[in-house]
This record gives sequence, structure tokens and C-alpha cells, in this order.
Amino acid sequence: MDYILNPWPWYVSGPLITFVMALLLYFGKTFGMSSNLRTMCTIAGAGKFSDFFKFNWKDQIWNLIVVLGAIIGGFIAVHFLSNNNATDLNPTTIKELQNMGFLNPGATLVPNEIFSLNVLSSPKALIILIVGGLLVGFGTRYAGGCTSGHAIAGLSSLQKPSLIAVIGFFVGGLVMANFILPLIF
Amino acid sequence: MKAIKFLLVGIFFGIVLVKSEAVSWYRIYEMFRFQSFHMYGIIGTAIASGILFLQISKKSHLKSVKGVDIFVPKKENGLIRYIVGGIIFGLGWALIGACPGPMYILLGTGVWSMVIIIAAAILGTFIYGLLKNKLPH
Repeated sequence: MDYILNPWPWYVSGPLITFVMALLLYFGKTFGMSSNLRTMCTIAGAGKFSDFFKFNWKDQIWNLIVVLGAIIGGFIAVHFLSNNNATDLNPTTIKELQNMGFLNPGATLVPNEIFSLNVLSSPKALIILIVGGLLVGFGTRYAGGCTSGHAIAGLSSLQKPSLIAVIGFFVGGLVMANFILPLIF
Repeated sequence: MKAIKFLLVGIFFGIVLVKSEAVSWYRIYEMFRFQSFHMYGIIGTAIASGILFLQISKKSHLKSVKGVDIFVPKKENGLIRYIVGGIIFGLGWALIGACPGPMYILLGTGVWSMVIIIAAAILGTFIYGLLKNKLPH
């Protein structure tokens, strides 16, 4: 049982993610989580403003169901399949984050300093959440995919556009984590 | 009944990403600081096994339930969209530590502020749709 309750090692997790992709391909679909953001725009009536949102969203219901499942999966994983061990971070990372003002690095999945509902009264945390969401939502559609569509499905199928996009993901991520986050915290 | 299989795939996906800690903001930070192999191991083995799966299914003409050979849709040609869009995505990914899958999964784990992120991400996609024809691709 400990094998399930403890965090899963990377060499188990990676192939299991591929298993998700393989199942979706077998069902005649594809692995791309960010498409749902576009579908939700269409459902909300965005087709009135841009042709980009004029498509039959009912063809995408399967993907919205995957999202619903993912939410349920997250709930099941933390409530029934975890022993609440702290994330085994590099001690250097922990020290670094503590110096930046994060109290308990790794104790939870996300830092309370940014994500706790209490900090919503702090403009800084709220701005981080909104700006982060905007960047991800805009960037993923501009780049035509996210981690699932480009990094996993795109690179697995040896597509050059996905390689360029993933390099872009890393350039952006490196700049944020190494240069911008230290300025914010 | 068709919906059930997608629900189950989604549940499995959510469980895997939580148990692998890929939804952890800290793991993403650690990855971009080159302080841990964990995320590189996950992404690397996912891609390696994905290549293996797709090569084998290509050679053996593995068919989907629709009766056609399994394939990953081709990405459109382009350069600027992948570089600039990719960088913008990466900036957001490292800031909030969540990409479009984990956003929902973290909501399921009880991180309610994800609602704000998801709403902002939908708005970001909407803004892209408005500007699409003016942007270089």
C-alpha cells in the first residue's frame, strides 16, 4: 500500500502519463488539455467576437469530460491515495524559497503565500494569479498547445513545431524562475 | 456510456499528476532552477515511452476504436507563434506552477484560488482569439 500512498517515482509517472495519451489516441481523440479553454470561450459565446471561436463545441465535449475527471482524480488522489508527506525537494531549493519568504516549501502542493484564499486580500497574490492565468491561456493558444499537446504528444510524434514550442516554454520558464520571481519575492 | 471512458481517463490523469507531484508549484520551480531531476525524469520518460508507443503502433498499424491508424494530429507550420507563444506560456507556467491540466487537478485537490487562474486563462485564450489575425504566426 505504501507504493500507492507515497509519491510515485518519475520513472513510473512518466510512462503513466504516456498511457493517458495512448488511451485517448486509441479512443480516436488526442491529448491536449488547453483546447478546453477555447471550448469554454465558445460555450460562453465568444464566437460573436472572433471566428476563432466559431466551431461545433459539442465535438469537444469528450475533452471537457476528461477535465471533469481530472478534477475528480485530484480529489481522490489527495483524500484517499496520499499520506500527506511533504514534497521531497532539494534542500537548496527549500533554503532559497525560505529566503524569498515562503514559510513551508513542499509542505503543500502549492505555496499558501500565493494560493491561499486568505491572501486574496493581498493585491500582490491576486495579481500573480490573474497575470499567470492570462499568460498561460494566451500563450498556450498562440503556441497551439501546452505541456500535454506539445511536450508529450507533439514530441512523442517527433514534430518540429512542438520542439520549438517546448524550447519556448523552457526559455519563458527559466526567465520567470531565475530572474522575475526573485524580483517579485 | 461513451462518456464514462473519458471520465475514467481524466480521473486516472488527475491521480497520476498528483501522485507524481507534477502539479506541485515547487516541483516546477525546482525544475526551472535545475535543482532536481524529478520533472525532467517525468517528462523525459513520458516522451521516450510516447515515441516507443507511436513507433510500434505505426509499424503494427494499431487502429483506434474508429478503425483508422492511431496518429497524433499534425501541428501547423510556423515559427514565430511557437517561439513567442511558447515563451509567454513558459513565463506563466513558472509563475503559477500550473499548466492547463494541473489547473483543474489542483482545483480538485482543494486549491480554490485555481478558479481565478482558470478564469484568467480562459480570458487569455479569448484575448488571443481577438488578436489572432493581427499576430505573426
